Amino acid sequence: MDASTAVSTAPTNYLLHLADNALILGQRNAEWCGHGPIIEEDLSMANNSLDLIGQARLLYQYAAQQQGQGATEDSLAYFRDVPDFRNYTLVELPHTPPLAAPARADRDYATTIVRNFLYSALMVLVWERLQASPDAQLAAIAARSLKEVHYHLRHSRDWLVRFGDGTDESHARAQAALDHLLPYTAEFWTPSPAETAAQNSGVGVNVGDLQADWNALVDDALAEATLTRPVPGGYITQGKQGVHSEHLGFILAEMQSLARAHPGATW
Amino acid sequence: MSTDQKSTAPALKEWPLWEVFVRSKQGLEHKHCGSLHASDAQHALQMARDVYTRRQEGVSIWVVPSAAIAASDPGDKEEFFDPAADKIYRHPTFYEIPDEVGHM
Repeated sequence: MDASTAVSTAPTNYLLHLADNALILGQRNAEWCGHGPIIEEDLSMANNSLDLIGQARLLYQYAAQQQGQGATEDSLAYFRDVPDFRNYTLVELPHTPPLAAPARADRDYATTIVRNFLYSALMVLVWERLQASPDAQLAAIAARSLKEVHYHLRHSRDWLVRFGDGTDESHARAQAALDHLLPYTAEFWTPSPAETAAQNSGVGVNVGDLQADWNALVDDALAEATLTRPVPGGYITQGKQGVHSEHLGFILAEMQSLARAHPGATW
Repeated sequence: MSTDQKSTAPALKEWPLWEVFVRSKQGLEHKHCGSLHASDAQHALQMARDVYTRRQEGVSIWVVPSAAIAASDPGDKEEFFDPAADKIYRHPTFYEIPDEVGHM
């Protein structure tokens, strides 16, 4: 690409896509805080959430700066509605198997682990590429985030193998979570207009280029975990284009209500 | 003694105990900072990372099976430790340390 004609800043919608993924999964994983299966995992999930929310903050700050007109990280996180969010549908799903009520008592740690694994395996590849983005600010955010998601991948992969290659019960739950969640990853490989724009400007990643590496990461872990990859196919979700499941509204209601009840509040 | 089975998570009964040592800075020694239950060494290391180094406490972690530690018996305290109490000559305080030596 000719450097003199290169656009060196990421499109705002692309930043929001990356930020919303991090924020919504961070908010989801934070639901385990105080309810983790053991205290070490409780802390681990809180650490994971804070990493993701930290990534979201950097991305929102950058997006707000681009957007101008008084936008701030808070206005982007707390004052946008469901159709404005650009996260994958995968990250907004509750921690429950498909047919269970999304109640706290029905939360399933295998679902949490499988989702974190599928998402972290993608983000390791995405941040690796974005480190070399001509957008220097995005490249700096990528370098910092990469270290964090490397650990998220290690943690979730470790538990995936322990569950899959564990007891009959843990194997069955891990397989059910995989069967439930893997179809949602088809959304990774269907570029949104924001991703296409970012890719064409040279600033973003071509997600299609990552699919083979992601498959290798996933298949390697599934083999070690003695889990079977479900057959692909079916509906492709479109969360990153603003078409969400019924679950996102409930997350936003919980996450945004305080900021909306007391706009501009500080402490 | 009767124990309340429900109050103890199965994992804590099945997973062995590990002692965690964290080095806070290059050049300093690893210090004991706590213990946790884990199924194996790698598992214990990851848990120690999440529990004991989340506020930048460390640059290196050791985990040791608690069962591998031989400990002195509190009942042996008198014969083990009390005799040292009145042997002040074992402290190197009877020498003049030359200035050139500096801090010891």
